[in-house]
Amino acid sequence: MANEAVVDDTGRSIAMVEGLQGVVADWSSDQRAFKRVPWGKAMMWIFLLSDTFIFACFLTSYMMVRISTTVPWPNPSEVFALTLFGHHIPLILIAIMTFILISSSGTMAMAVKFGYERNRKMTTILLIVTAMFGASFVGMQAFEWTKLIEEGVRPWGNPMGAAQFGACFFMITGFHGTHVTIGVIFLLIVARKVWKGHLDDMKPGFFTSRRGGYEVVEIMGLYWHFVDLVWVFIFALFYLW
Amino acid sequence: MSEAQVEAQQHPIAIYFWVWGLLFVLSTMSYMVDYLQFQGLLRWSLIIIFMFLKAGFIVAVFMHLYYERLALACALLIPIGALLVLIGLMSFEAGNTNMTRDIYLDGGSGILVMEEGTIH
Repeated sequence: MANEAVVDDTGRSIAMVEGLQGVVADWSSDQRAFKRVPWGKAMMWIFLLSDTFIFACFLTSYMMVRISTTVPWPNPSEVFALTLFGHHIPLILIAIMTFILISSSGTMAMAVKFGYERNRKMTTILLIVTAMFGASFVGMQAFEWTKLIEEGVRPWGNPMGAAQFGACFFMITGFHGTHVTIGVIFLLIVARKVWKGHLDDMKPGFFTSRRGGYEVVEIMGLYWHFVDLVWVFIFALFYLW
Repeated sequence: MSEAQVEAQQHPIAIYFWVWGLLFVLSTMSYMVDYLQFQGLLRWSLIIIFMFLKAGFIVAVFMHLYYERLALACALLIPIGALLVLIGLMSFEAGNTNMTRDIYLDGGSGILVMEEGTIH
């Protein structure tokens, strides 16, 4: 891979250096720093980095209130337990939601692959399946919210323990659910673009008026995988801890 | 080689199925931590290990970061270090708040008790 020639925007070829020297060479080049990535993908990555900081602030605040409260924290294993077919199963809904989101990440990754292979039918189907997984996730979250609100959980207090539990729960899962909802909407928009062949023709999108090829599917995928990634942290730190 | 070909992420579909399966296994294992009611240090370390393994596989393979240039990976991963500082400082601060609440809030002794080797 070392010294593989890549042509820059003006048609000059630039040597690609690997390793740490490559970092210095890429960052100090007078063309773009992020090589082998379309501009939209680099921008999505930078947006996701900023989003990481937002979710990290929520989770850090949650850590702070949970450490500092002198009242026992409600046991998530019990709070999120469900009775299914006569069995009392701890945390079962959250486990199902986790598997659904992971599956949606799997179908999304394959949609990206089929997109680059110009397989419009498979890409569209997989994008719609991903969107359906996402929509069912949001549906289960709505069910979970309803259940907790009925049990008296509020942002300012709850019958199970530390008052901060509700504020953390609604803020963190609410913000994540909003991300999933936005993702579902954009998955359907991208699925339609793929199905209509807009990415083959590099037709400008209605939202940004930018021309995009099949890297658009991968950029969509980056966002979707990030939503799954955030859930991994919420699942571990909020529901399991 | 055209630019579009250079920038497309082409990988065999098998790797996605492998990672998908692996994420299922890891999620099941982290759910079992709760189901079997592991407690204490064992619980926390298992949760953290499974969490980072899952996150790593998603970022590396699904998001293709493993296949990208090191310059991009550095731009994304190094700033995360700032979060570790934040988490460290805030856990220290939260411990302090907890201590003052224990001492001065309703029912507290009002006296700072220093036990041998530990501060509560």
